[in-house]
Amino acid sequence: MRGCALSYEFDFSFLNDYLPELWHGIWLTLGMTVVSIVPGFALGTGCAVGRLYGPPWVQRLVTIYVEGIRNTPLIIQVFWLFFGLAVLQVRVGPFPAAVIALVINVGAYTAEIMRAGLQSIPKGQLEAAACLALKPSQSLWSVQIPQAVERVYPALVSQFVLMMLATSIMSQISAEELTGVAYMIQSFTFRGFEVYLVIAGIYLVMSCLLRLTLLGVAQVSFPRRRRLGTPL
Amino acid sequence: MNIAASPQRATEIQNMTRSDTPLVRFQGVRKSFGELEVLKGIDLEVKSGEVVALIGRSGSGKSTALRCVNGLERINAGELTVCGRTLHDGKVDLRDLRQDVGIVFQSYNLFPHLTVEQNVTLAPRKVHRIGAKEARELSDQVLAQVGLSDKAKNYPEQLSGGQQQRVAIARSLAMRPKLILFDEVTSALDPELTGEVLRVIAKLAAEGMTMMLVTHEMAFARSVADQIVFMHQGRIWESGKGDMLEDPQTPELRQFVGNGL
Amino acid sequence: MFGLTIEQIAFIFRGAGWTIVLSLLGFVGGTILGLPVALARASRRRSLRTGSGLFVQLVQGIPLPVIMFVVYFGISIGGYDVPALVAAGIAMTLYSSAYLGEIWRGCIQAVPKTQWEAGECLALTNTQRFVFVILPQALRIAVPPTVGFLVQIVKNTSYAVVIGFFDLTYSAKVINNSTFMPFTVFTLAALIYFAICFPMSVLARRFERRLSRS
Repeated sequence: MRGCALSYEFDFSFLNDYLPELWHGIWLTLGMTVVSIVPGFALGTGCAVGRLYGPPWVQRLVTIYVEGIRNTPLIIQVFWLFFGLAVLQVRVGPFPAAVIALVINVGAYTAEIMRAGLQSIPKGQLEAAACLALKPSQSLWSVQIPQAVERVYPALVSQFVLMMLATSIMSQISAEELTGVAYMIQSFTFRGFEVYLVIAGIYLVMSCLLRLTLLGVAQVSFPRRRRLGTPL
Repeated sequence: MNIAASPQRATEIQNMTRSDTPLVRFQGVRKSFGELEVLKGIDLEVKSGEVVALIGRSGSGKSTALRCVNGLERINAGELTVCGRTLHDGKVDLRDLRQDVGIVFQSYNLFPHLTVEQNVTLAPRKVHRIGAKEARELSDQVLAQVGLSDKAKNYPEQLSGGQQQRVAIARSLAMRPKLILFDEVTSALDPELTGEVLRVIAKLAAEGMTMMLVTHEMAFARSVADQIVFMHQGRIWESGKGDMLEDPQTPELRQFVGNGL
Repeated sequence: MFGLTIEQIAFIFRGAGWTIVLSLLGFVGGTILGLPVALARASRRRSLRTGSGLFVQLVQGIPLPVIMFVVYFGISIGGYDVPALVAAGIAMTLYSSAYLGEIWRGCIQAVPKTQWEAGECLALTNTQRFVFVILPQALRIAVPPTVGFLVQIVKNTSYAVVIGFFDLTYSAKVINNSTFMPFTVFTLAALIYFAICFPMSVLARRFERRLSRS
């Protein structure tokens, strides 16, 4: 048996034959991720604000949403949405369905992160903003949210990287993202191990790139960090 | 009272300066935190252009009295009128009031993510809706008033405590307030940095700004304040001109001055 | 019940049982492998730190479903034909150990430096210091995030569906395919997951609050 493993001959020739498919998968994975980040962040921030400052019914609603999403697997949420929409005769392609699911999912995690960020801002900042006659909305927008984002940025970056990794289950609703492409290639070549090793390497590179890109975004959006050279 | 935000505002302020109606009037003001009554009937008037220093031990109610003036604390009984608005009937528009009443805190509370210039112009831009060019001019002007013209592009954490507190004063000035409250503004500063902040406040006093300040700096209070108010156990124990500190009428003030000087 | 037969509901619950089995496997395996990872990450030896750091980066940079596939196909090229449970169990072990290792490293390093020094003054050996001084304190800090991570483990076992492991997600998918009542079926599945995860989330938060109070 062991001899079998040693005599296994690796064959990476599929790389040549399926290069366009692989590229397509990479683009779809990145596309899904990038498209979901901004609305997911907006939804999460809105929920964080709603949970902290909204009327009681908003707070309750947000709590149900956040706890419901955080305590069930993404894949069930995706199935619920995708197959559910199909039953309702709403025709939604796998890509938009995946993006909707990702936004709803990452929104709940972002809500918790942003809530912690908003709560960590010293009370004196809010008092100062109120004493300068800023409206609560202006204080939120100009004083609280920018500081909260700066404080929790590393946690947000990790969350978005996790979200990119999570797109790998979208092939379950037949979105042709990277893992889906891998499955297709291995079913033609019977080279599952090699295919997924390569795919794993690609994901590794993509998560590094995404992390670097998001840190680059921070350099642009937090001028103070850039000026003072303070790390995040 | 230099350059005002609008001509209409300027006349308003001049009228205010001329007339004798006090800018702030406390009448039997009471304030409790739960069971604890911290203000037990305060009567006090601050006229336009006047500088009033509130002194007293910690817990005497002086900071609470100050914080009532811009609505940070709600009074429980009595009457409080500030800049022509009544604060005791619960109908006051706090945002409107705070456009006239600035405050400077002990802990500066500058916005760390904004430059000095952005700190100073945030409220004028959002509340008074002034444009970018006007904001830059305003910033130049108020920063010059506190002697920090060269720091406009810096971030608060690049400045010393004294400089940060001066920025906080400039931030207040930028709203063109009729009255500025100073809440122990030098208490968090190293002794060698208090001087620069006190000099700025003294200069504002000389220019005719109406101010109420809670302070532990007795010598400073005596030199700039038109009226000194000694608070003790939630009451105004003694008040008068600067020289009252040399001739205390009550044993409490005598003891306080003895310790304070 | 809800348009599902008793058999169908029982089928889904049978899947839920396997979800719990896989979760336990992942947690136990993750603990066994995660402890040395944590120790290596917090070690004073650079080579250990770098090696374990690479392992963590590797696992955290690859999607769990892909890890599942790599393990699954990796075993099969050895000529072994093992049940999906074994492949999924190994993948969950790798995955949990990387995350638990990082969590516990943080806990070990959160014990104040002075505690090490105090141990030194008592003339304890390095191992004794670690076992009797540092570990008990680190364990206390480790409870809330570990319970919190259990929730992640339970949720992430659902990814084993990609290699055909029969769990709650798989069974729900099967029932949905035959009944085509996705809202009913997946709401039921979600409720079961929620019933397992939510109490642990609440517990983790409660532990955390108790810890931060003391």
